Amino acid sequence: MSDLTSLTIAKAREGLRAGEFSAIELADAYLAAMDEAKALNAYITPVADKARQMARACDKRIAAGEAGPLEGIPLGIKDLFCTSGVLTTAASHILDGFVPEYESRVTQNLWDAGAVMLGKLNLDEFAMGSSNETSYYGNVVNPWRREDEEIALVPGGSSGGSAAAVAAGLCAAATGTDTGGSIRQPASFTGLVGFKPTYGRCSRWGIVAFASSLDQAGPLTRDVRDAAIMTGVMAGFDPMDSTSINIDVPDYEAALTGDVRGLKVGIPREYQVDGMDGEITALWERGADWLKSAGAEIVEVSLPNTHLALPAYYIVAPAEASSNLARYDGVKYGLRVDGGDIISMYENTRAAGFGAEVKRRVMIGAYVLSAGYYDAYYLKAQQVRTMIKADFDKVFEKVDVLLTPTTPNAAFAPGEITDPVTMYLNDVFTVTANLAGLPGISIPAGLSGAGLPLGLQLIGKPFGEETLLRTAGVMEEAAGFEARPEKWWIEK
Amino acid sequence: MSVDQATVRRIAHLARIAVTDEEVEHLEGELNAILHWVEQLGQVDTTGVEPMTSVVHVQREMREDKVTDGGYPEKIVANAPMSEDNYFTVPRVVE
Repeated sequence: MSDLTSLTIAKAREGLRAGEFSAIELADAYLAAMDEAKALNAYITPVADKARQMARACDKRIAAGEAGPLEGIPLGIKDLFCTSGVLTTAASHILDGFVPEYESRVTQNLWDAGAVMLGKLNLDEFAMGSSNETSYYGNVVNPWRREDEEIALVPGGSSGGSAAAVAAGLCAAATGTDTGGSIRQPASFTGLVGFKPTYGRCSRWGIVAFASSLDQAGPLTRDVRDAAIMTGVMAGFDPMDSTSINIDVPDYEAALTGDVRGLKVGIPREYQVDGMDGEITALWERGADWLKSAGAEIVEVSLPNTHLALPAYYIVAPAEASSNLARYDGVKYGLRVDGGDIISMYENTRAAGFGAEVKRRVMIGAYVLSAGYYDAYYLKAQQVRTMIKADFDKVFEKVDVLLTPTTPNAAFAPGEITDPVTMYLNDVFTVTANLAGLPGISIPAGLSGAGLPLGLQLIGKPFGEETLLRTAGVMEEAAGFEARPEKWWIEK
Repeated sequence: MSVDQATVRRIAHLARIAVTDEEVEHLEGELNAILHWVEQLGQVDTTGVEPMTSVVHVQREMREDKVTDGGYPEKIVANAPMSEDNYFTVPRVVE
């Protein structure tokens, strides 16, 4: 039964419906794999008993012919989604012992569709990071290593636990959240498909907030079809989220027609940045060739304000974070460290509860929003954001999707990047889609010279998920990415 | 614009984060590096550009103005480090 953990959702769905194996067998296979993979540190809180209980209920529904679209599929949940009765940490010390009394909308949608929860996955603290090195619960280790090396590599971030778990066969798929690239960059580092839908597609209700105007949930999966299946269940209008969009969720799986004839694919020249690995440029060109061979038209386009995206992001995101994280004060939940008076209690709690990166961002946010600086920083950044969105609007009059690299480099070693600004540059190609609210998907497209996965990104029009998935499906077919990491983490 | 150590302390206080002298020294360098980097936006001419308020424009639906939730104070305080009779408790704020 060992290869049950390598099945895609689509294959597992077939197997379950045909009675080749049961939901409990599938869940047990994953729970066993999780036990053997402690070295990856992908899960903060495994929930074996709950998983088995849910799987048994799935088997009953399958037997009764009442199977939902994700019936019996074992999932990992990024520990940023509130799960009723299950510890939710955001990988922060400040949420010590927090057990939500309610369920996030996205996870509720998954359970309503019959999915099984295996546990809560590690991440960068409050989703702030690009390497999963800021978690209070320790670094997540990438299942992939460079050829002939035993050096641990980062899985990317912030959805690093989600990426490592799906890549290592510790869940069939995982939820992630993407504020500046937190689904797509780790997907690229681990050979997965990572999909951030349009802002407003998935409800943010019950997701621990980082930067509310940028945060969007999405899946990390083994292939494009699985991304379509997961997104179809996760998405949908929710009156509890005032930015949730009330338009019908299409059948994303049906969008995978394999036909991109006549599709116009834009190549934004500004995404060729200085110092980018030559093999990434080569891969990008190969990606364009694949689409051209499939009948798409390749058009060079310009997004002139691209270079302003990262600095604008690192004003807007910390500003929103400083406001969102004001709620962690030692009163309502989590950690409390006493002081002489209430202000000292707040200050001591937050000093002990937040890690270094979170403190940096909260302080930058407090500064750029403070009296006398608001116009120079925050207002300016929001104006630049309008300019970046206008670039996209203009380009999307001429093309249907954009093709870019996902990241400027492959996975790196922990500790290799210590300077915050250099770390922020990992999000250079992904952050623009967040600032403009656009859907973006990363597809595994090849291996680096050192044998590490590299991704290509497609960016679509608002609510252009179907076109994006269709194009991604064609690229996936052409790329034929079959490489899997060796299971070195299993102790012999 | 750069921040000095006094400003770092002021920001830390605004953010309600206690900082040690050693941390202030570190933060001064780190915050300045980030601020100098984002200040490249100052060069951009944004005359007449509306600041972004919402990436996706939709007409919000109105709902009837009535209470639709609540009535479970014990759930609200369930995760509080300290509570009493369904109230959050904090150090004395009024002498």
